[in-house]
Formats: sequence, C-alpha cells, structure tokens
Amino acid sequence: MSATSNLRHNILVLSGKGGVGKSTVAVQVALSLRSLGHRVGLLDLDLCGPSVPRMLGLEAHQVVQTEGGGGWQPVYPYADQSLAVMSIGFLLKDREAAVIWRGPKKHAMINQFLGDVAWGNLDFLVVDTPPGTSDEHISVVEKLRGASTHALLVTTPQAVAVSDVRREVNFCRKMGVPVLGVVENMSGFVCPHCSECSRLFSSGGGTALCELYGLSLLGQLPVDPALGRCLDSGKDYMSEFNDSINSKVLMKIAESVVEQCSVA
Amino acid sequence: MNSISRKILGKISGLRIDILVLRKNKICVTNFKRRISLIQCYMQKPTGIITDEQRKRSLPKKLPIAGVDHVVCIASGKGGVGKSTVAVNLALAVSQNEPEARVGLLDADIYGPSIPLMMNLSGQVYLNDKKLMIPLENYGIHCMSMGLLTDSNSPIVWRGLMVMSAIERLLRHVAWGPLDYLFIDMPPGTGDVQLSISQNIPVNGAVIVTTPQDIALLDARKAVEMFTKVSVPVIGIVQNMGVFVCHHCGTETRVFGNDGAYRLASDTGLNVIVDLPLVPDIVETCDRGTPITLSQPDSEIATKYRQLGRTVIEYLKKQ
Repeated sequence: MSATSNLRHNILVLSGKGGVGKSTVAVQVALSLRSLGHRVGLLDLDLCGPSVPRMLGLEAHQVVQTEGGGGWQPVYPYADQSLAVMSIGFLLKDREAAVIWRGPKKHAMINQFLGDVAWGNLDFLVVDTPPGTSDEHISVVEKLRGASTHALLVTTPQAVAVSDVRREVNFCRKMGVPVLGVVENMSGFVCPHCSECSRLFSSGGGTALCELYGLSLLGQLPVDPALGRCLDSGKDYMSEFNDSINSKVLMKIAESVVEQCSVA
Repeated sequence: MNSISRKILGKISGLRIDILVLRKNKICVTNFKRRISLIQCYMQKPTGIITDEQRKRSLPKKLPIAGVDHVVCIASGKGGVGKSTVAVNLALAVSQNEPEARVGLLDADIYGPSIPLMMNLSGQVYLNDKKLMIPLENYGIHCMSMGLLTDSNSPIVWRGLMVMSAIERLLRHVAWGPLDYLFIDMPPGTGDVQLSISQNIPVNGAVIVTTPQDIALLDARKAVEMFTKVSVPVIGIVQNMGVFVCHHCGTETRVFGNDGAYRLASDTGLNVIVDLPLVPDIVETCDRGTPITLSQPDSEIATKYRQLGRTVIEYLKKQ
C-alpha cells in the first residue's frame, strides 16, 4: 500500500508542547480503534525519543524484511495482526542509544517509514509525532499529501502548553490538515485517599483553546498514576482498568475519530 | 617573501606553492594555514582511516560568546518534564544567591518558546549601535527568545537548517554583554538545536531534568549520552514532579512513578542535585509570569531552587 493510500485515514497526533501525552494518547487511541474492530497502524515518528515500543511492551522486537522484497514488516503485537507498529526503537541495536540526527536524515527515515513499510490494508494509521513543527512534521504532511489526513491535538490545561498548541493549530491550518479536535490531558488529579480533585497543571486551557479556534474538545483525561505505570511496563491499561474514567474517555475519543473520518 | 609565508612553506613537502601575501594580519594567516592543512590532507596517500586529529579539525570550532563567562544548558531529552520551569527558577535563584552577578537566560526552544510567558516579557526587541539585539530584562535577568521575535500565534515551520541559522543569531547576534552566567533552556530531543549549540559554543555544564517515570528516563539517558559525545560535562540531574502532596489530606502520591532519577544517577555516575515535588503553585505562578522562586521566596520549592543554584555555581567555580 503506498504512502498516500486513499482507503486509509491518517491521524496525526500533534502538540506544540512536549510532554503533554502525545505518545500516551496515540497508543491508547490506536488500541481503542482496534477494540472497535478496525485494522490500525501505529507509526512512532519521534526519532529522538521513541516511546511507543516501551509503552506496548515491544522493546525486544526487531523489524524484518518481508519475503519477496516487499519492504519492512511492521511489528504485530496481536496474533490477528489487527495492530501494526513501526518505530525507530525497533531498528536500534541498543534501545538506550541516542539518535542524534539532523533534519535531512530524519526526512529520509520518515520517507522510508511511510513508503517502505508493508503496512497492509489499514483503516487507520495513527502517527505519534515529536513536539513542535519541524522536519518530522513537515516531512510527514508532505509525504501524506493527497491522502485522508487529520490532526488530533493534545494539550495540558496550563497556559504555557496552550500557547504552544496554538501554534500547532495554525500549523495545521497552514498545511491544510483538518483538526478533528483537542484532547486535554493531565486534567486534574483525584487523590486516592480523600477523593478530592486537585489541579496539578492549572485548568481551563483545553476549553479556552477550543473556544478560540472553534474546535471540539474531544475529551479530558485526568492524571492516573496507573496509566503511567502501565505505559512504563508495557501493560494494556484499557484491559486492566476498563472501568476507569480514562478508559471511557479514550473510547469516546476513538468513536469521535471514526465518526468524523467517515463523514469527511 | 615575509617571515610568515616562509614559515608556512616549510611545513609542506614536495609541493611548490606560489604565495601572494596580500595582508599581514592574523585572520589571513589563520585562513591560509587552514587551506594548507587541507591541501596536505588531500596530498596524503589515502589510508581509509580518518584520524581523531583530522576528525577534530573538521568539526566547527567552539567560539565563546563575547562577554559571557559561563554557559549552562538545561536539557532533558524528554518534553514536558519542566526544563523551562527549572531554567527560569534556576536563573532567578542564582540571582538571589549572588545579587552582584549578571545572569542571562536564552530560550533555545524555537518551536515552543515558553520563556516570554514565564518571565512576563513583552515589548519590542531593539538593536544597539552594533546591530546586536538587546535582550529584554525582567526580574534582573537578561532574556532572549524566538518568542520575542515572532507573533505568538504563528508556528515556526522550519526545517533544521533554518533552525540552526536562528540559533546562531540568538547566540551571536544578541548583545549579551558582560554576563557571569548564561542559562540556556534547551528544547526536547537530541537533534539540530542541541548539536548546534554544543558544537558552536563552549558549554561549561549541563543540568538534566527528568520526571521519575521510565519513559522519561529513556530520553534523559539519551541526553546524557549526547552531551558526553559532544564533550559537555553533565553537572547533575534534577528529578521534577517527584511526589504530589494532597492539599486536602496531606497524602503523598508518586503520580509519575518511583524515583527513576536516582536509578539514572546510579547508572551514569551522576548525582541527583535536587528532588522537586509537584506543587500546583509552580505551574500557576509560571503561567502568570511570576515564577515561584520570586513570588514565594520562602517556600520549600524556592529553597530547593537556591540549593540547585549553589550546586551549579560551585561546580562552575571549580572548573
């Protein structure tokens, strides 16, 4: 399948700000889409800080060539191959090795990820990106031009995050990528002892951003230490904690993504 | 021929060179010597091996920023762990510890510049008579950021080459003037910006900020490796958002995992300089442009930042 396959919806998970939970949201949305019965690809474009293999417990996996020279085979964590994953993390011999690359090398790698990987027939390709609006973002948008590509923006509630994500909204507008909506992550913390909610990272940022740009607030995810623990150890949070607020919100986000992509 | 050109000829064997010496000044001689070195390299029989000496010669030379005594980078590898927050509060803490010192703060995060908001900076950036940009000053800290030069809503949609050019301007085209300490808030990652800064100016030390979780440590390790590769000494590690204390009941929760920074420290032979808890006031004061070290100087957090400041300065003075 070529990089610009029109049958596949590409979902770019973006944020101007680092550390707001792009990888977390990308992984959980990909898993949610899979649980809704779709065939999903997950591409980790954070070449300097690839988190996806760790979050899915796939660190020991390596990438292999498909038979007949069809390109690289993605890693399939499930036997039914309903989730296909690719990351530079799979290509590094030493998972702790630093990737200290300038732009042109990153551009070449991204072209390979989108053009030389045998993704197969996918309904959705979720793309986790690094923070900012740099080489990786320009390269992926250029490579996917002509295909159904949408953006999912992630922010935290604080003003510092929102001021960066505003730039990301304008990046999407400039590059012609429609925005599905905004996910506000780390939106409050409920103390496990007294159940009172505290605003760890201020409040209101996601709502303000949506009002300013006429976007949909797709969900607010409170801080749950269990989510961080699952991601650190590669466990499936939504299976183990399927009653949690986060699991329910993530499922609603996935449903909204499906609905908006099928209408577009 | 004058004495300089005779000296250079003496180093080349088997090569006849006609030299026209136009000017007798140091820059011309240096450039000329570099060209002769290159010719010598080409003349040598290829061995297939580039020596360390040749490799070092081909890297950009580190040129200090005029008037700046010490440069410290605050980096992490991972985004969102609090680099900018630490950079801002560290600069203010050093300024409180040493009121006579001149302190500067460079926001090297081209894509997501946070310093203007956190330091409550606004206004036009002017050029001095040498056409250098004058840093904006607030709370006694001299600051420069891409955020001061661009519209706050406009994204910087640049590839690496343009970013390198922007960084060069922020380093060399700013009237940093006489500074005792310049703190550089680095962007996340280990790419163009980090390389451009580390390879072009002498950096006296780096402080690595991380949160406790393994995902952040993975990236922090890469940042340590990167600084080691470019020969920048790492002063130590700051663990941020280590523990949250509920204001209502006082329960401590390790929201982002268990003390991973200490594991990183033991694996890399570094020290955890300070362990900063997650306090909502930190975010809220930064959002308002009145960082906690300034607005709550008697708080536990401000005390910790001053402790970080003392450790960093002691390290620099020992160098």
